Amino acid sequence: MADPITNPATPDAIFGKAAVTEALADHVAILGLKDLITDAKWDRKELTLTIAPENIRAAAQAAKDAGYNFFEDVTAVDWYPAEPRFQVAYSILSMGLKQRIRINVRVSGDDPRIDSITSVWPSANFYEREVFDLFGIHFPGHPRLTRIMMPDNWNGHPLRKDYPVEGYR
Amino acid sequence: MSNSTLEDPRQTAYNAPEADSAPITDTTGATLAGFRNAEDLIIPGVEDVVEESTSHHHPHGSDPVDSQTMVLNMGPQHPSTHGVLRLVLEVDGETVISLAPDIGYLHTGIEKTAEAKFYSQVTPLTDRIDYICPMTNNTAYALAVEKLLGLEIPERSQYLRVLLNELTRIQSHLVWLGTHAMDIGALTVFLYCFREREDLLRIFEAISGQRMMSSYIRIGGVALEPPADIYDRIRKFLNAFPKHIEEYEGLLNANPIWMGRLKGVGVLSGEEAIALGVTGPPLRASGIDWDVRRDMPYSGYDKFKFNVPTSKDGDVWARYIVRMQEMRESVSICHQALDLLANLRDTRLNADAPKIVLPDREQMKTQMESLIHHFKIVTEGFQVPAGEATSSVEAPHGMMNYYVVSDGTAKPYRVHMRNADFANLQALETMCKGRLIADVVAVIGSIDIVLGAIDR
Repeated sequence: MADPITNPATPDAIFGKAAVTEALADHVAILGLKDLITDAKWDRKELTLTIAPENIRAAAQAAKDAGYNFFEDVTAVDWYPAEPRFQVAYSILSMGLKQRIRINVRVSGDDPRIDSITSVWPSANFYEREVFDLFGIHFPGHPRLTRIMMPDNWNGHPLRKDYPVEGYR
Repeated sequence: MSNSTLEDPRQTAYNAPEADSAPITDTTGATLAGFRNAEDLIIPGVEDVVEESTSHHHPHGSDPVDSQTMVLNMGPQHPSTHGVLRLVLEVDGETVISLAPDIGYLHTGIEKTAEAKFYSQVTPLTDRIDYICPMTNNTAYALAVEKLLGLEIPERSQYLRVLLNELTRIQSHLVWLGTHAMDIGALTVFLYCFREREDLLRIFEAISGQRMMSSYIRIGGVALEPPADIYDRIRKFLNAFPKHIEEYEGLLNANPIWMGRLKGVGVLSGEEAIALGVTGPPLRASGIDWDVRRDMPYSGYDKFKFNVPTSKDGDVWARYIVRMQEMRESVSICHQALDLLANLRDTRLNADAPKIVLPDREQMKTQMESLIHHFKIVTEGFQVPAGEATSSVEAPHGMMNYYVVSDGTAKPYRVHMRNADFANLQALETMCKGRLIADVVAVIGSIDIVLGAIDR
């Protein structure tokens, strides 16, 4: 398989599921997650796959089966006031292939929730707690979803864009 | 050890089910049965530890002392937790039954602050995350933004970054060795390590003007031309340093207390290390041969020849050996970087991007155009094309990733740091379970955590 990162024939930026799956047809992650991808992006030599929120656990398992064995982190981006408001970004690494993929999921702003992937990668535990703490996104299936950075009685979720930098006045 | 049956742990996905163990489920019934020691991989919260301990208490009328456990609070103000880490331990006598880290005491909201600053103003914030290795933080942040901008960094700057990153690694490992040995009771090593660290801090001061919060590595290159005599000073330090490593080893390697406290303690298999997200020296000490510098090279590391020390034992001793070897490898990388830099004297230092990189001080004072650029960068910042980028570097503590999202304006829309310390801390319970309280201290020292990097 030609590595898309070192292959000079790979274009600089490709957007859209159809274009990416065609240009990177033999990419391991594309093959492994083919049925779950709703959108894809190849930009700055990074592959980003968008998945529907209900499929995240299946996608994590599929990525793992495809050889992406190491979960790096999960974080979120708040695109307030756009809807779906939150972008949950998973960064997953394959130590064998020496490649990294990003799995993005868009989650709605009212009652944001997405399945926990701690059953696939236990290392997601602290990261999901952090996203819950700072963004208020719930992870059903997490062993104990409690605040990790802020005190337990804290009001609000600091990394949301409608949370002011200097606190409420 | 459990990973000895695996051919190459990097290739396998670790989901060979174990037939005879009951499936471990989390709250929704999802299963962790694919893992060998599944119950060890559910990282408890503080409440879990307390709840579990009350379930171990016997009902009224039974023996009040026998087979009861105690909940013990360790930290946040405890000298051997390396900062403000609080641990809640459930102990039976002196044996640790379960343990939960409680973090957040040093949470300063750096990710939130970064969203209100220009891209270049975030660099000093990154210094303060993992405050033992500021240069590495700067590099990781600069690489992510440079990826968004599509900037080409001249070779001289790249090798200078490599040189400083490796000196920072030595410096960080010296702090680790000194404090780790002090925890175990070997006070002399601490003084020796800080003697050499002082030399390094003076070198950093000569280069950047700051001993610790250097902010030297900037978007587009480095802050300023290093002083003329600095390479000779670094060379002098590097020539003397291997002798010092032998000195530390002379104090420790045959020391019966050091051996007794380290060997066989805090064992982590390679499989568990990957499942718990462990990176850096603890991962390599567990037999997983993974180093970002070699496997996904950045900043010109592909031009360097070095070994990646590993060990199969996975205990505290293995982590000690791996880090000591890493210091030797870093010395060799620094020598190579100095050789490369010697051939590049008087070549371009920073990227050719006058709207992004601050002009030279002299140019700024004498040329109108440079003055305008300087004024614009300082007052308005520079716009970064919309998109998202991840950079990954091998920090002294493990893999450090910066995820930067831009919406096309002069301020980052989102900056997220993945610090190795945060994930490495998750493995603490697995390493300490069933061991003595004193071993917890040794294990904390061996994963080399900095609470600034964990809490951010």
